[in-house]
Amino acid sequence: MSFLIGKDMVAGYGGATILKGCTIGVEQGEIAVIVGPNGAGKSTAMRALFGLLDLTSGAVMMDGQDIGALKPQMRVQLGMGFVPQTANIFTELSVEENLEMGAFLHPDDFADAEEQVFELFPILREKRHQLAGELSGGQRQQVAVGRALMTEPKILMLDEPTAGVSPIVMDELFDRIIDIAHQGIAILMVEQNARQALEIADKGYVLVQGENRFTDSGKALLADREVRQTFLGG
Amino acid sequence: MNMRVIAVFALMGILLAIVGMVQSWNVAFNILNLCVISAIMTLGVNMQWGYAGLVNFGVMGFVAVGGLAAVVIAMPPVEAAWQAGGGRLMLGFGVMAVVIAVATAFWRMTKHRLSRRARYIIMAAILVLGYGLVRYITDAAVVAIEAVEPAKSGYLGGFGLPILLSWAVGAVVAGIVAMLVGRIALGLRSDYLAIATLGISEIMIYILKNEDWLARGVKNVSGLPRPVPYEIDLQQKAWLNQLAETSGQSLANASSIIVKLCYLSLFVAVLVGLFWLAEKALRAPWGRMMRAIRDNEVAAEAMGKDVKGRHLQIFILGSAVLGLAGAMLTTLDGQFTPHSYQPLRFTFLVWVMVIVGGSGNNYGAIIGGFIIWFFWIEAEPIGLWLMDALTAGLDADSPLRVHLLESAAHTRLMTMGVIMLLVLRFSPKGLIPEAKR
Amino acid sequence: MVDIINALVLIANFIVVPGLTYGCQLGLGALGITMIYSVLRFSNFAHGEMMSFGAMTTILMTWWMQAQGISFGAVPTALFALPFGIVAVIALTLTADRLVFRYYRSIKAPPVTMLIVSMGLMFFLGGLIRFIIGPDDQNFFDGQRFIINARQFKEMTGLNEGLAIKTTQGMTLILAVLMVGFVFWFLRHTRTGKSMRAYANNEDLALLSGINPERVILVTWVITAFLVTLAGTLYGLDKSYKPFTYLSLLLPIFASAIVGGIGSPIGAILGGFVIAFSELTITFAYKRVLGYLLPQSLEPQGLMQLLSTDYKIALSFLILVLVLILKPTGIAGGKVI
Repeated sequence: MSFLIGKDMVAGYGGATILKGCTIGVEQGEIAVIVGPNGAGKSTAMRALFGLLDLTSGAVMMDGQDIGALKPQMRVQLGMGFVPQTANIFTELSVEENLEMGAFLHPDDFADAEEQVFELFPILREKRHQLAGELSGGQRQQVAVGRALMTEPKILMLDEPTAGVSPIVMDELFDRIIDIAHQGIAILMVEQNARQALEIADKGYVLVQGENRFTDSGKALLADREVRQTFLGG
Repeated sequence: MNMRVIAVFALMGILLAIVGMVQSWNVAFNILNLCVISAIMTLGVNMQWGYAGLVNFGVMGFVAVGGLAAVVIAMPPVEAAWQAGGGRLMLGFGVMAVVIAVATAFWRMTKHRLSRRARYIIMAAILVLGYGLVRYITDAAVVAIEAVEPAKSGYLGGFGLPILLSWAVGAVVAGIVAMLVGRIALGLRSDYLAIATLGISEIMIYILKNEDWLARGVKNVSGLPRPVPYEIDLQQKAWLNQLAETSGQSLANASSIIVKLCYLSLFVAVLVGLFWLAEKALRAPWGRMMRAIRDNEVAAEAMGKDVKGRHLQIFILGSAVLGLAGAMLTTLDGQFTPHSYQPLRFTFLVWVMVIVGGSGNNYGAIIGGFIIWFFWIEAEPIGLWLMDALTAGLDADSPLRVHLLESAAHTRLMTMGVIMLLVLRFSPKGLIPEAKR
Repeated sequence: MVDIINALVLIANFIVVPGLTYGCQLGLGALGITMIYSVLRFSNFAHGEMMSFGAMTTILMTWWMQAQGISFGAVPTALFALPFGIVAVIALTLTADRLVFRYYRSIKAPPVTMLIVSMGLMFFLGGLIRFIIGPDDQNFFDGQRFIINARQFKEMTGLNEGLAIKTTQGMTLILAVLMVGFVFWFLRHTRTGKSMRAYANNEDLALLSGINPERVILVTWVITAFLVTLAGTLYGLDKSYKPFTYLSLLLPIFASAIVGGIGSPIGAILGGFVIAFSELTITFAYKRVLGYLLPQSLEPQGLMQLLSTDYKIALSFLILVLVLILKPTGIAGGKVI
């Protein structure tokens, strides 16, 4: 049993069922990546795991505990951090205030946690008093990840963290994500840049039409001919 | 028409009958007349809000424009005032039109030729100079006009035409004003539109209050000609004397009730006509399109509907209905009193009517107009009666009792608030919800 | 030279002092509007009545204190009754939120619905206030009328023109500066204040950070209660208290908030001054000022007034409409609805 696992999840919006019984799990200290074509339900799976979307059937367990009935805020308290794809920073707050809001539930640990984030993303220390909305795309993503880290998560969920950033920034961001995983945090992310993401993934899930198509280690998936041809463009 | 509609209308009839018997039939018919006018206003707002989702908080302004139309159409012209300054004033308006035309032309023609800054500066110069010039011409004219028998007239008067004509004119003028307002304000979204229209309507009332040459401002215009007979004349008629005798009413009472009935028949004719038109429009493809736009503007726009154009159209139509109601109201009152136009009474109260009745449904709108107007008037006597009953145990001069009895009149604002909050909470679609079509 | 000073004193007396006072009163009201708008996301049409309610409770408390023989000499008793008014309004706003607004929040009602709901509350409060205190003018000022009056000023300076500063004007300025300073400090430097800004900026992310929305909303209502009570009481003390006027104050207040840029606290304050000063400068008769400044031969005949005083309030609506059309984000760059 994984540290966090969504088992046989069925969910959707309105009448449309998008997830048709898919299973996603991740261990502490490990990076799991969800890839798949557009409309496969990658982001939906993420939202369902986080409780932003109610499950029709299936279960979400964390550390052996059923958390399926909890609101997202409660899951944050239990140690789930979430970086949404868009609107993932407080644009009208300074960088430091963004981090402070991330630490809202643990104000006493703020200084230490902030120091860790600054070590991970040194540029943020420099720009700590600047409005987050004035930063560049890559820096904003750093603020977004930093804010989520400030919630002291045991698992960090990232919805397409590299959307819209340059390849160099992407590589940099992936390196930082590996660093975070080395601290013992479980990482689950959805990625458009499937090939690069699978390279750093301990575990990869290929979703198609709301179902698990392939599940294996990142390397194995990259090596798989069918996966390569169908989903990675050769 | 379903059972609910019939039941509510029957209840309304019973309530009015009770007022007729307990207070007097004169009061009952007075309330009924204003109920009908309120229902027409409600129809107008319902078109804008219920059909199209537009928040028009400028009801007061359009109603006042209708009232002004009644004055301008029906009052006899004041020849002396026209001679004193009419020509010069008209010249002033002519110059104003020229200034606006020049400014607009300048703005359009220089769009890509001059720098932004130069454009603004020259534009401001044109407007300031134009304003000064217009004021120079009109100020003297206004002074001259307002000096003509200020106690009696002091304004230009009207055209001396039959007042019924003003109902149509009021609608048309309100529609024209709505076109101007709509062009400015309809691009704004919900909250802003509400605040902007409220502001514009206040400006309209300020103009009516302060431009004495137009309709005497706060000095009011009274003695508007009537479309129905006068009580005094009726009392001379043998048939009325006979009627009064057989019904046991005093002659004065009987004549006044007959006058109210005459008004009532005119008003009801208008209401029925409007209602028929509104229902027909709602069922027509036009109505379907309106609802489609209201329910999903983005989708409607994507399907090639001209959302802005439709919004302007419905805004003009609804406001025209408000202007018509305003002209009718001034006709009934026989006088035009700008200070009586308060947003509470003419904008917010009409909105309570629409919300309580049920937006998007014409039956609902009419019912809302009837019920809310009824309670607006009757809350005071009912409140007084209630306070009296509640404090009956107290001494006649106990301060609490005195205070409560004095304050009973203000229960009506509270009643409106409570009714509205309750309806919004527990029956958000109103008493008569919009029918599924 | 003396002429120039006289002209300046004239302007200070008729434009600067009253403008600052009125601007503060509007700004306090607009700051409340803008906070409700940013956090609760609707235009609060009951705001004027809330101000009126605060002023009313303060008045009742003032009367009670006066009846008990409590007096503070030159300082108006109302100043000491204010805390009671604030407590009453806190009770009012929290009750209104619990009974009225919370439900619409829970069903995620659109802002227009909330606006119409607040209109219902406006009716109710308007009635309640008139029921309690009646519709008439109420005077509750006591203490010393002027900090400095025109005669004293003339004697002191030997100038032709006098400068009068009413106690209520001084009080308005001091209290407004303290209050606004406190609100800004609170929003910038406390955890709760920052969480309010965070919630206003990005509601979903605030939830993901563990910020409790109900607490943010509660604090917002409490601060709003401070602002409305202060604004309502100071206006009533400075002009006069009449329930009716507070409904007409609603539009200039909205105008201030929108002109400044709705959602922007600094904008609300700036907007208040823009509205106040444009009302005064455009309707002020400059005849006497020009009389001091121009040579005798050029002395103007008319009043030299751009717009008659009758149009004073209409002017604020005009500015409002112009801003809505030309620059809906306002001068300080707020949000567009």
